[in-house]
Amino acid sequence: MESMLHITTLHYLVLGAGLFLLGVIGVLTRRNVVIVLMSIELILNAVNLNLVAFSRMWGGLHGQVFAIFIITDAAAEAAVGLGILIAFFRNKETVNIDEVNLLKW
Amino acid sequence: MTPVATPFFFYLLSGIMLIGGILVITRKNPVHSALALIVTLLAQASIYLMLYAPFVAGVQIILYAGGIMVLFLFVIMLVSIDRSMKERQFNSQWVAGLVAATALGGLFIGVYTKGTSIFPEHAPSVVADNNTQEVAKLLYGQYMFAFEIASLLLLVAIIGAVVMAKKRI
Amino acid sequence: MGQIVQYIESYLNTKGLTPGYAGNMFWVVVYIMLVFAGLSVAVIAMNWLERKILAHMQVRLGPMRVGPHGLLQPIADAIKLLLKEDIMPAEADGLVFWMAPLIVVLAAFTVFVVVPFGPEHAITDMNIGILFMLGVSSLSVLGIVMAGWASNSHYPLIGALRSSAQMVSYEVAMGLAVVSAILMTSLNATGTGTLSMIGIVQAQLAQGEWFIFKFFPLGLIAFFIFAVAMVAETNRAPFDLAEAESELTAGFHTEYSGFRWSLFFLAEYSAMIAVSSIAVTLWLGGWLRPFPNLLSGTPWNQIFSLVPGVTFLFFAAICFYNTARMPKHPLFRVQTIGLAGFGAVLGLVGLILFIPPVSMRVQDIFWFSAKVAGFMYLYIWYRGTFPRYRFDQLMQMGWKVLLPMGLGVLLCTGAVGLRSEIWNQVLVPLWQRL
Repeated sequence: MESMLHITTLHYLVLGAGLFLLGVIGVLTRRNVVIVLMSIELILNAVNLNLVAFSRMWGGLHGQVFAIFIITDAAAEAAVGLGILIAFFRNKETVNIDEVNLLKW
Repeated sequence: MTPVATPFFFYLLSGIMLIGGILVITRKNPVHSALALIVTLLAQASIYLMLYAPFVAGVQIILYAGGIMVLFLFVIMLVSIDRSMKERQFNSQWVAGLVAATALGGLFIGVYTKGTSIFPEHAPSVVADNNTQEVAKLLYGQYMFAFEIASLLLLVAIIGAVVMAKKRI
Repeated sequence: MGQIVQYIESYLNTKGLTPGYAGNMFWVVVYIMLVFAGLSVAVIAMNWLERKILAHMQVRLGPMRVGPHGLLQPIADAIKLLLKEDIMPAEADGLVFWMAPLIVVLAAFTVFVVVPFGPEHAITDMNIGILFMLGVSSLSVLGIVMAGWASNSHYPLIGALRSSAQMVSYEVAMGLAVVSAILMTSLNATGTGTLSMIGIVQAQLAQGEWFIFKFFPLGLIAFFIFAVAMVAETNRAPFDLAEAESELTAGFHTEYSGFRWSLFFLAEYSAMIAVSSIAVTLWLGGWLRPFPNLLSGTPWNQIFSLVPGVTFLFFAAICFYNTARMPKHPLFRVQTIGLAGFGAVLGLVGLILFIPPVSMRVQDIFWFSAKVAGFMYLYIWYRGTFPRYRFDQLMQMGWKVLLPMGLGVLLCTGAVGLRSEIWNQVLVPLWQRL
């Protein structure tokens, strides 16, 4: 029990892994595109948590700088992804990714 | 600044994050999922504060919770969700998805139990008060090139989003 | 028991630290209670002041009946709002409808954790103070979007979309103006600036001039951009298209009644006070009295330390003058006695503020509050004077006028601040090379 009371880096990494798994389950099992995009944001946040935890462990701030870049990147990707979603919705009137099958043979 | 009740706050915040994550992937209404994601992001900002990264926490609150989630909520409101709420919510391949996620989880457990020696516990370094200044020195010094590329990326994303969402190009 | 007293006293003996920094949880809670109480009193006073000042600007009297000169009107309003029926529209999303006012109120009140009322009179002094304030105040956009969505009716939805689009647009201009003020904090010996609110005011003290006058006119233009953007950010006139009654019934809070509506109203006034605090801290020298370096020395300090007491005695004198002007009719007896009592209370507070120990501790808080009160008067003045902007004019101004101005001010501030480096290390070698 004492090992659970002293919070080490491993605790943060396990938390990040848990979030990553939840995000992966969301991407693989949901049909609504908006929720898939939100699960991708969960995955990116899990990676950020890992980076900042390691940055605390090693003492340098490189992990935090990398995390800032990832947050910027996630903003850009969310904007473009939602733009694609709007364009797709305008054509097909649905937000179901199972219906994106025009190229299926 | 001495830390106060670290285990309590860590378990509380990680519980909030995991419950928020579960709510994101299981709710039928996308607006509820977005709200759960906002709660998760704010809890994550608090965990960044626990990891002595106040600047990343501030950036997370402004950009993620205050910017990206507003964008998500706008798009959810523009896209009519009533039809999608009445349809089946989960994929037809959900079993394969869960098996893949379980395999990944097993991999994580294997790494974290067998490889505990690769996460040595350093003595926590003395935390100075100038986190923002040190991050700025790194960002504008060593990572200047990456900073410029990131701003170029944001420009491309702005133009791309405008072009994708226009009615007539 | 002795340990508890020692814990409480240990903070009083540490000089120059806010309770959050000193890690003293008891004093943190005490400060939070004080700030919360002060904020509530300020919102109530703002309600009364807005109605009276608008009325006098429009050559009418405003509320006169409820208390003497309408002083008890805010209390009557609060009781009315508490007793109103709590309506939720049918088919409205219950959870989201309930949470939206909470998010807006939380965002508006959490901002006050870092507002510096004095060099150690803040709840805490975060390293990222100004970033925290901007970030948390941007969370209120989420509450507004949720409120409009959950009402399940098209007027609130359009109002919420317009409000949130306006707030997000003007946040960009606000951020640029704030960054150009932060740049000015780095003009010190070590060359590094600071984002902490207390550090910004101390930088103004060390550099000897308030940032609004620095690099004239750059500080002034940055202040002007922030002053316009903060009025648009809080959805106040002349940018209040989204909640004006003649346009969209009441915008995103149409379907809210009673206590929930009063939460939105409370959050709006708190947000006004919060962004005014940012403006005062960044450009107007925070808690510093006028001319801290020019008119320094003990005699000037003593003269300026008399100002809080004199201000309250002035208000008490106004109350007594109006008591004398009240109609001498038996039906007005209660109001006359009430006004005289209120004047007596103000006079007593003014006399207490003359006592030296109280006066020394209250100095910084008084000057900060006086400057924020000035901004509140400006807000009411704008509402009484300017016609409303149409929504496309509003968005045009945010993106096409304030954003380029903000970028220009930022570039010029950076260039002027580094002018000696640019001259010596770039231009002179270039000239020698040619």
